[in-house]
Amino acid sequence: MVQPIFSDTIVALSTPPGAGALAVIRLSGAAAIALTASVFSKKSLPTAAGHTLHYGTLRDPNSGEILDEVVVALYRNPRSFTREDVVEISCHGSDYVVRQVLALFLRQGARLAEAGEFTKRAFLNGAMDLAQAEAVADLIASDSALSHRVALNQLRGGFSQELRELRGRLIKFAALLELELDFGEEDVEFADRTGLAHLLAEVRRVVAALLRSFELGNVIKNGITAVIAGRPNAGKSTLLNALLREERAIVSAIPGTTRDFIEDEISLDGLRFRFVDTAGLRDNPADEVEAIGVSRTRQRVRQAALLLYLFDLSEMTPAEVQREIQELTEGLDLPVMAVGNKTDLSTTEALAAFETTFRAEHSLTASSAPLVFVAANQQIGLDALQTALLAQVRGSALENTASATIVTNVRHARALETAAAHLAAVQAGLDTGLGTELLAADLRHALAALGEITGEISSEDLLTSIFTQFCIGK
Amino acid sequence: MFQQEDYDVIVVGAGHAGCEAAAAAANLGSKVLLVTMNMNTIAQMSCNPAMGGVAKGQIVREIDALGGQSGIITDQTMIQFRMLNRSKGPAMWSPRAQSDRMRFAEAWRLTLEGIANVDFWQEAVTGIVVENDTVVGVKTQLGIEFRGKSVVLTNGTFLNGLIHIGEKNFGGGRAAEKGSRGITEQLLELGFEAGRMKTGTPPRVDGRSLDYSKMEVQGGDEVPSKFSYLDTPRLTQQRPCYITYTNERVHDILREGFEKSPMFQGRIKGLGPRYCPSVEDKINRFADKDRHQIFVEPEGWSTVECYINGFSSSLPEDVQYRALREIAGFENAKMFRPGYAIEYDFFPPTQLSLTLETKLISGLYFAGQINGTTGYEEAACQGLMAGINAHNKVHGKAPFVLKRSEAYIGVLIDDLVNKGTDEPYRMFTSRAEHRILLRQDNADLRLTPLGHELGLASDERLERVRMKEAQAADLAELLQKFAIETAEINPLLTELGSAEIHEKTRAVNLLRRPNVELADLRRALPALDAALVSFDAEALEQAIINIKYETYLQKEHQQAARQQELENFVIQGRLDYRAMPALSHEAREKLLKIQPETIGQASRISGISPADVSVLMVYLGR
Repeated sequence: MVQPIFSDTIVALSTPPGAGALAVIRLSGAAAIALTASVFSKKSLPTAAGHTLHYGTLRDPNSGEILDEVVVALYRNPRSFTREDVVEISCHGSDYVVRQVLALFLRQGARLAEAGEFTKRAFLNGAMDLAQAEAVADLIASDSALSHRVALNQLRGGFSQELRELRGRLIKFAALLELELDFGEEDVEFADRTGLAHLLAEVRRVVAALLRSFELGNVIKNGITAVIAGRPNAGKSTLLNALLREERAIVSAIPGTTRDFIEDEISLDGLRFRFVDTAGLRDNPADEVEAIGVSRTRQRVRQAALLLYLFDLSEMTPAEVQREIQELTEGLDLPVMAVGNKTDLSTTEALAAFETTFRAEHSLTASSAPLVFVAANQQIGLDALQTALLAQVRGSALENTASATIVTNVRHARALETAAAHLAAVQAGLDTGLGTELLAADLRHALAALGEITGEISSEDLLTSIFTQFCIGK
Repeated sequence: MFQQEDYDVIVVGAGHAGCEAAAAAANLGSKVLLVTMNMNTIAQMSCNPAMGGVAKGQIVREIDALGGQSGIITDQTMIQFRMLNRSKGPAMWSPRAQSDRMRFAEAWRLTLEGIANVDFWQEAVTGIVVENDTVVGVKTQLGIEFRGKSVVLTNGTFLNGLIHIGEKNFGGGRAAEKGSRGITEQLLELGFEAGRMKTGTPPRVDGRSLDYSKMEVQGGDEVPSKFSYLDTPRLTQQRPCYITYTNERVHDILREGFEKSPMFQGRIKGLGPRYCPSVEDKINRFADKDRHQIFVEPEGWSTVECYINGFSSSLPEDVQYRALREIAGFENAKMFRPGYAIEYDFFPPTQLSLTLETKLISGLYFAGQINGTTGYEEAACQGLMAGINAHNKVHGKAPFVLKRSEAYIGVLIDDLVNKGTDEPYRMFTSRAEHRILLRQDNADLRLTPLGHELGLASDERLERVRMKEAQAADLAELLQKFAIETAEINPLLTELGSAEIHEKTRAVNLLRRPNVELADLRRALPALDAALVSFDAEALEQAIINIKYETYLQKEHQQAARQQELENFVIQGRLDYRAMPALSHEAREKLLKIQPETIGQASRISGISPADVSVLMVYLGR
């Protein structure tokens, strides 16, 4: 067995990002197998031999949610690419799944690999000969340059402004703490705890906004997940096909992450929508919906950015529609659209009456939802549906997407999450009257985490801030 | 050869750096020559008569823990002691003393005279003697050549020192002392880079001419502590300082002198410290502030001379005088001498290795202001480290380098060598990422074992450390086990505004609460008080700090351990970074210049990206 040089375990997507039927996520390091075992359904993994394959599911131990069905390939130190313990997880190739899986491993304690880090480990652990060093070094340098370019691209638009603002606030806050510590004897005015709390609240607000924009960024990059739910004969596949035919802008047609669900992506006005058809409602008789279908569909709905509830106008009353929407979205804050199908079998008066009753119902979520009428099989009302879809999306979280700050990089999101946790500790410390030197210690961790995003904030930056703001020195 | 055989270490300059260097090397067994321009000004406090302060006090404690002299001498000669930042957590507590300036200098001279291995020579050194890129001695003004296996330069502000007072300027290293020429020029010829820095000092006045009734009294601590971990004397009486303030009239007069200010008129080229501005700089940059604090610090037990802290100036002496007299209590003030600014040469410290040896010339060490630092404490600790390393090198022993997680001294030298400095570098606690670990209360625990291993810290010091450690460990166990019933403690907790307990608990759990102190528990629990009677105060303090800081200490230790992984990657010898095309251009330049000794050090050089570090690791292989 090779004595490991590195004590941490790294993780990264090792297939090219973007659409592909399968994606391989690789972990390397002493804890690679233990980390995988902590989220994998097969409990025999830790004792399994090297060079073996294991089929099972990945489950988030916190939420209990199943992320994907995967195949795990196990390699044991030293018979692996890096000569450390290595796990390669083959999962479904959608960006969404990949990000979920990566995020899961980061939460479990893995570190996202730096550019070229697997190769570097392979080399340093002696898996390659010295002649290859040059090539590996070049690879790291070019990978790093590439990610630098990606980062620079991200800086265009509103992001750089947000970051400057965040950096400025962080320096100001940290400088006020340091002022108290290093210059407590000076004849200057120190910020009181209330003032510090205000500043901290501002900092946390900016970090939280950036984190939210990460969610938003993912939405834009991966498509807006819209779940179509409804009773079996409502015409879901007809509607989906109609939308697809209409647009001819299919980005990809990939198998769903779980076989019961079908995903299709279309592009509307520059936004990608991923439509998820819900098998639970489709495959079960209506009277069993509450028993099994709703719970399974709800799981999908929980991950959705939007719910399209499709119903047959000739079969359901406004009250029934209300009730089912209510059941599907209970406890969720999610935009909903009600789509009444088969207008060709109805009259204008009937439709108007339906809408009036629908609006008058007491369910808040549902009655405020846009109501659209279509005849999917005849391509009627599709324009109105698309307009309503875009309006719904734009009116909600995706407002001002053009200028919104968007963080799409998982590494950045991770840094923001870590920083947010440390900032929460600073907040808790402020609330409980913790010593300033300990607040500063927690803040330092937050600054370190954010360094990759804001650029390093050094003690020199803090001192400069202090000396320009305060008259220091005897 | 003149007078002496071959020395192991020749120290040039007898300020705080030179004295510590000479004492350390000689105490380790080196044959030392201390060369100074004036033996009557050994260990001068050129600026204010005080040792310690925030971050600086911690450094003095570290010097003492390693077996240096500054702490002992400060304890012997201080006239007032205050523990600064007492209202904050123990990591921030910072000892500071007012010193008797003359006695401080005398004590240092007597200490040095008491070390058999130290020889003295009074004369200006004009250059070093170099053979094959190795220093072999120094040359003096008289043309004498002293041979030495290593040389420590601690020239302070003397190299091409230029003193400014108003429109006048003249060469000098300090008020009424000549500057030194020749060394800078020779080092430039040898290939060193030099720069120019500036500092300043306030006027000194006659204490008999001041009206203290118009000032606030600032006394020392009621129970004064001290610097040394040894049995040095404790203060039984103290002298107070006084606080007064400038006003608009003072500022108006000072402004009249701006057109003659060497700083504002651009005659001073060197960069001064931002945290030690002149009074004219303060009223210029912070024009909205209508008054500035002035500290009147006595220069000793019995002298009438006072140091006017906060009134550093290089304006014409008559402007200084007239402005001074507008300060409350200074109406009849008589000046002993005016304040002045001084410019001097320094050598960017990125030219040093972490032992403070120059990379260009083997056996040549720099310490103190020559490296661009400011402050007695900063200078003294560099002198100590240079003295130790010069001795070790001459005797074929391993270099002695302190980590950033071990000492402020480690932070200081690491910053200097890897980042360099544009303005006079002063230590601040914020420069230390492991501030919680680097406390004044545990410098002995951190460093005395290292100092003892070197042969510098005495057996007595190590025994004290072992005793303190053992007691602290016993205390930790005692407090961990000591059970407390709800009834006997809840009244106290209510009194302290802390939540009551609902079941029996251990003392340690209550001590973790921010507002519950050991003294409170001892008051409420006679049994606990009795159990603690036999323990030393220092061990008690240590045990409590470990409880209060527990989670933070763990975090800091973990982080230090992670950083250590990179430090363990040693870079052997000088590398030709130009032959590593995958490194960024900036990284190649910086690495060539700094020649880091470990990957960890490389990662701290400004301009080196994580990708560069990765590339470097690959080139280095395992």
